[in-house]
Amino acid sequence: MLRLALRKDLSRCVSVMLMFFREEWEVEGLQTVGFLLIVCSSLKLLHFLGLIDFSAEDSIEDDFELSTVCHRPEGLEKLQEQTKFTKKELQVLYRGFKNECPSGVVNEDTFKLIYSQFFPQGDSSTYAHFLFEAFDTNKNGSVSFEDFVIGLSIILRGTINDRLNWAFNLYDLNKDGCITKEEMLDIMKSIYDMMGKYTYPCMQDDAPREHVENFFQKMDRNHDGVVTIDEFIESCHKDENIMQSMQLFDNVI
Amino acid sequence: MAAGVATWLPFARAAAVGWLPLAKKTMPKPPVDKKSRNDEILIVNVSGLRFQTWKNTLDRYPDTLLGSSEKEFFYNEETQEYFFDRDPEMFRHILNFYRTGKLHYPRQECIQAFDEELAFYGIVPDIIGDCCMEEYRDRKKENQERLAEDTEAEMATDTPLPPNSTPRERLWRAFENPHTSTMALVFYYVTGFFIAVSVIANVVETVPCQPLKGSKKNLPCGEKYQVAFFCMDTACVLIFTFEYLMRLFAAPSRCKFMRSVMSVIDVVAIMPYYIGLVMPENEDVSGAFVTLRVFRVFRIFKFSRHSQGLRILGYTLKSCASELGFLLFSLTMAIIIFATVMFYAEKGTKGTNFTSIPASFWYTIVTMTTLGYGDMVPNTIAGKIFGSICSLSGVLVIALPVPVIVSNFSRIYHQNQRADKMRAQQKVRLARIRLAKKGTTNAFLQYKEEGGLQDHDSDSAALCLKNRSSFEHQHHHLLHCLEKTTNHEFTDELTYSEMCMTESVGYRTSRSTSISSQQAVSSSCCPRRAKRRAIRLANSTVSVSRGSVQELDTLQIQKSTAGPQSRSSLNARTEDLKLNCDQRDYTAAIISIPTPPANTPDESLPPSPAVPGILRNSRSTASFTHETFKVSSL
Repeated sequence: MLRLALRKDLSRCVSVMLMFFREEWEVEGLQTVGFLLIVCSSLKLLHFLGLIDFSAEDSIEDDFELSTVCHRPEGLEKLQEQTKFTKKELQVLYRGFKNECPSGVVNEDTFKLIYSQFFPQGDSSTYAHFLFEAFDTNKNGSVSFEDFVIGLSIILRGTINDRLNWAFNLYDLNKDGCITKEEMLDIMKSIYDMMGKYTYPCMQDDAPREHVENFFQKMDRNHDGVVTIDEFIESCHKDENIMQSMQLFDNVI
Repeated sequence: MAAGVATWLPFARAAAVGWLPLAKKTMPKPPVDKKSRNDEILIVNVSGLRFQTWKNTLDRYPDTLLGSSEKEFFYNEETQEYFFDRDPEMFRHILNFYRTGKLHYPRQECIQAFDEELAFYGIVPDIIGDCCMEEYRDRKKENQERLAEDTEAEMATDTPLPPNSTPRERLWRAFENPHTSTMALVFYYVTGFFIAVSVIANVVETVPCQPLKGSKKNLPCGEKYQVAFFCMDTACVLIFTFEYLMRLFAAPSRCKFMRSVMSVIDVVAIMPYYIGLVMPENEDVSGAFVTLRVFRVFRIFKFSRHSQGLRILGYTLKSCASELGFLLFSLTMAIIIFATVMFYAEKGTKGTNFTSIPASFWYTIVTMTTLGYGDMVPNTIAGKIFGSICSLSGVLVIALPVPVIVSNFSRIYHQNQRADKMRAQQKVRLARIRLAKKGTTNAFLQYKEEGGLQDHDSDSAALCLKNRSSFEHQHHHLLHCLEKTTNHEFTDELTYSEMCMTESVGYRTSRSTSISSQQAVSSSCCPRRAKRRAIRLANSTVSVSRGSVQELDTLQIQKSTAGPQSRSSLNARTEDLKLNCDQRDYTAAIISIPTPPANTPDESLPPSPAVPGILRNSRSTASFTHETFKVSSL
């Protein structure tokens, strides 16, 4: 494979041609132009055929970008300590996880894809994004099996306070310890988006906002426009419905 | 992605905790999962090869055999496994489908076997993954085409003529398949011969012969022996015209025939002669006339009716039309480009041959097809460079579509070969099937004749029954039940065909109600025929009638003497029949439906001892006395 620093040569050629052009331009003019064109097109053809390379610097041949990212979880015993799942449950979970994600990690797009299969009518990508953020505790853009299983352990085997904490973490988008109205509105909108267009009764545009107002009325004790973790937990404890429903998903796994 | 969905569902449900604090209403109760949470390993034994998998894996696809409760039918209690008596190699792919969610088609397997396995396990073939879908579709299409072709070929060529074909239909068949009758074969060879004669005459006409006396010029033979050639031409054209008119007459659809390729070739082959006859011997027009004679060469295409190879070639070219079109188009493009370039490159040279771009076309074509006559060569350096590029690219452009055409030809040719082989095998296959059918019915009739249908005591049972499989026993019992249901009996082909003949000839009274009159008529009017038939009956052997006969015949063999209550069919006891010929009256009846019993005609029959057997028509079938027994043909 020839590597020419072709730009220099080309400019030299052109200058020579131009000189030539100026001197005997009447007869040879057209011929020169034709000749130039032919030369250029032949060079292009040769480049196309892979015989010469136009770029001056070395080009890295990146034929296949092998995504050899493969993550292995820590041992079974360690996970057993960290989570409240039994060995068998962990085994079942890991088998399913590994089957779906042989590389050992889930990235956000896969997350969104999975979630969209469960909520086909609406758009679940925003909520899936928030969920991903909640699971991805070390903020590296991918959810490994440990993150996955730890998150699940909190939700399914944790105390009520643990679960409420987790929910708060989900709502608190910037993780600053308090939920603002805007954050809550984003969450609410994403949840309502999952419903899709065809609902009964018809979805009003201000339904999320209304819901947020409701929420803040209930949760915001000191009416300072934000809900802190303590306010949240306190208000939730006071609500019987929420307390009861926390037990709903205990036997999912 | 059903597998994926099932795996992630628990996660999605768990993540719903995030909605709980926001809920406006109370949440519904979760469904109670009765089955045990523990996943278990199932053993699936397929013809000895044991596969083990998690139960959850199989449950991913609940609408298949393995995913539903249908597999419980195959559960073996002793070995605690699911046993399937199927192909273990194929099962591997089926199980992989459950595991990965993607169904792959193994390339080395037969497509039909694969389809059958899929159907058995309840898997729809549409879910074959993209990687294998194309191959699967191609093979399936090929298989279907092959089957369609075979059935078509089977129906087209070797079906026997329907009995009521008009002479026109028969003529058409003779033309299309010369092998059906000797006359057609003779005609086929005669036309072939005349085509050859005509073509050779056309060729020899132009060869220079010895000149006539007194002149030095070499004449072409056509002019020297003008009369001889004219006569030969006339004879050939007459034959061709006759053939064409015959075909036109016999064609089932004249318009379609006239539009077909062969018909056009026929017309073009004979037209010049007639035009030549019609046209005056004018000097001006004779030039055009000479041109017309060129069309006589089309007679050689008439050989395509005689040669299958030619037909295949024509068919191949037709099916490769798109490739040929592409070839032509790309060649034209290249020719124009290179001709232009060469023209301008050579423009400056004095006395050059490249006088215009169209003139350069000739050079380009000759160079691209690597002919290289050498009548036009470039002189300038640029011209030579572009000339060499031209010849290189010519080779490439022509070489590209050729493999496609070749592979098409090969495929069609092999298909044709296969069709011929199939036809040869077909006869053998049909004969084998016929033999098998005959064997079964033979066995049953023999069984009956040996008295197997009656309730024997154990001694005679031992004598009568040979070694028969339980299958045969049950089959015979079934046939016997059918006989009892319809009140008719099975007989053989010969007797049935004879019934047919009598019916078609004149025994129309078989269906009328009055019996006695029929009997009188029948017994009196055709005793000779009856006698002939009886003798034939006596000597008949069992043979299975081809095809299924809707009407049941009944041949009633009445014994006028009170003989032992034994049944015999025609095939075995021929000696008995002969011996008892005099004593028995034979009555034949053609019955289409089982009819209620009528009076037995025994007593009303006039005795006819001279005739060993008289065939009478009677309507009754069911009312047989103990002396009569019937044998009905299938």
